[in-house]
Amino acid sequence: MTTYVAQVIFLLLLAVAGWLLARRIRFIKAAIGLGKPEQRTDHPAARWRNMLLVAFGQRKMFKKPIPALLHLFVYVGFLLINIEVLEIIIDGLAGTHRIFAPYLGHAYTWLLNFFELLAVLVMAACVIFLIRRNIIKVPRFHKPEMRHWPYLDANLILIFEILLVLAILNMNAADQLLQARGVAHYTPTGKLLFSSFFMPPLQGLSTPVLVAMERFFWWFHIAGILAFAVYVTYSKHLHIFMAFPNTWYADLQPKGKMSNMEVVTNEVKMMLGLQPTQEAAPPPEEIGRFGAKDVTDLSWKSLMDAFTCTECGRCTAECPANLTGKKLSPRKIMMDTRDRAEELARLQLTGNGTDDPHTLLDNFISREELHACTTCNACVEACPVLINPLRIILDLRRYLVMEESSAPAEWNAMFQNIETSFNPWKFAPTDRFKWADEMKSNN
Amino acid sequence: MSNSATINIPTMAELAARGEAPEILFWVGCAGSYDERYKSVTKAFVEILNKVGIRFAVLGEEETCTGDPARRAGNEFLFQMQAMANIQVLNGYGIKKIVTACPHCFNTIKNEYPDLGGEYEVLHHAEFLQQLIDAGKIKMTDGSTYQGQKITYHDSCYLGRANDIYEAPRSVLAALDAQLVEMKRCRTNGLCCGAGGAQMFKEAEPGKKEINAERADDVVASGADIVATACPFCMTMLQDGLRHNYEEKGIKVLDLAQLLNSRDKG
Repeated sequence: MTTYVAQVIFLLLLAVAGWLLARRIRFIKAAIGLGKPEQRTDHPAARWRNMLLVAFGQRKMFKKPIPALLHLFVYVGFLLINIEVLEIIIDGLAGTHRIFAPYLGHAYTWLLNFFELLAVLVMAACVIFLIRRNIIKVPRFHKPEMRHWPYLDANLILIFEILLVLAILNMNAADQLLQARGVAHYTPTGKLLFSSFFMPPLQGLSTPVLVAMERFFWWFHIAGILAFAVYVTYSKHLHIFMAFPNTWYADLQPKGKMSNMEVVTNEVKMMLGLQPTQEAAPPPEEIGRFGAKDVTDLSWKSLMDAFTCTECGRCTAECPANLTGKKLSPRKIMMDTRDRAEELARLQLTGNGTDDPHTLLDNFISREELHACTTCNACVEACPVLINPLRIILDLRRYLVMEESSAPAEWNAMFQNIETSFNPWKFAPTDRFKWADEMKSNN
Repeated sequence: MSNSATINIPTMAELAARGEAPEILFWVGCAGSYDERYKSVTKAFVEILNKVGIRFAVLGEEETCTGDPARRAGNEFLFQMQAMANIQVLNGYGIKKIVTACPHCFNTIKNEYPDLGGEYEVLHHAEFLQQLIDAGKIKMTDGSTYQGQKITYHDSCYLGRANDIYEAPRSVLAALDAQLVEMKRCRTNGLCCGAGGAQMFKEAEPGKKEINAERADDVVASGADIVATACPFCMTMLQDGLRHNYEEKGIKVLDLAQLLNSRDKG
């Protein structure tokens, strides 16, 4: 009877977590869908290769070997310990205990010991990560955009992971003691090395208390995993899923290439009296904007980038503008884009989309930030999951100049020079070839 | 300029009038045409082309800004106007291969002109000089011009990260008899000089420091006597940054073509 109740509770727990997750995933899909359509399925072989090397293989992480190794422990731990979750789910639904143990025999012991090793490595990595964030205070974790929620979010995730791992180790410790006492249902697992260290304090406890403890840690672990899965979708930690599609859809062209604006091409061709290459495009349903003022003007890929960002700040740490004290921080560009996309998606979901005083430009990202960028691509190069903050910056700059004509005065002068003198300075076009005369007369 | 032979700088208009076609078009760029410092790079490169005997041509007064700074500042209209006008000229002459000493012109013509109907083989002069050295066309005599000197190479963002060209400029420098040293931030981690994205044409936003001053610190820390550059903007920014804070060190900023050319003369 008690098992029956437990099974029902377990099923309910799964169902609630599943429902919350599904709802949140729908929301994120809608938020990314706010972006403009863009075809990104060309060269599938190169895309799979990117995903395999960069997301699965963590290639770009290894530019910084120590954090890369620690991150690898957590990543491998996450991927592999979750195999055990499969058993836990079957046990929870069927009312069994360690259902794989009899089938796998010695292999089960090996596997559990391997998982315990990973658990210990995950714990060590998370503790070191907490120290790096809170005691050593690695500068990139303490920029202005990292105050309040982002700071708490990062710490919560690390503490959460440590608690989950401690739950596994304590659960296994109690389990082993119960096996030794021959308590029914506690299938022998063989000696589990790492959880043995957690056994001494439990040794003096009575069998019913131990069973209660084992059950508590079992439930804490699985409920914790489900809660974590839901939490992740609200947190910067979403990269554990998003890194995969994001690297697959990443840019394949040289980083220096800016996307061409076809709308402008057609207009320029008409102005120059050239035939547009494509037949005159049908008039767009809505009058589109030049450049981007809000998330709806960005490509959906830029919004996917924003949901993939885990706020590690490698981009900002490499940004020459940020390094020299300017307001621009590529990480903040990504965080702002995500915050705005979530805000707008929420408004649209509740039917209040028309009553929206905000835009990405000005309410989230200031002009001063945009004007500080040197387009050096250091942020793009630094990102371990192939996010492109530069593209958002340039799309916003396009709006500023083409829709608002609000460039810094010196840029307006530069534009004018190019228009009238065909060079960005004020030199006379007729002097362009003077260097040749100078050379010849020197000879 | 000690060369006795007359320097030959044919324009496309002259070649076309004679019904000839060049091996390469040398795209000089605005800095290479007007900027006092970068004109000497243009001249050094032209001297090399003359010595090696490459059949080249320039556009002369027919060349105009590629539009790069306008595009990066956000002015797509102006960029495309410039691009299409240039493409009309280039296509009109049937140009196939372009070499330029400016990474910004290089990136724009190579990566962005194809979308607008301008498809050419485009090389940066670092790549072209490397090819000439590899082919034995530039002879490496054992001159002692740079012996005992330390040279560091400053990666241009538009060559390096933008186009993954890291080795060509370094192999050009390796051909000199100098000692090559690297700055702490180099190759994919190279620090920008501060001029890209149209920053060259305006004051920086408020901050604690100028970017070129930060980069000048890197140069000094490397212990180099000479910084090699491959970009007009990097050259200006580094020279200004070094002059401002480290005048007494007398560190020289020179382009790859200048280094190769004065070695030849040395």
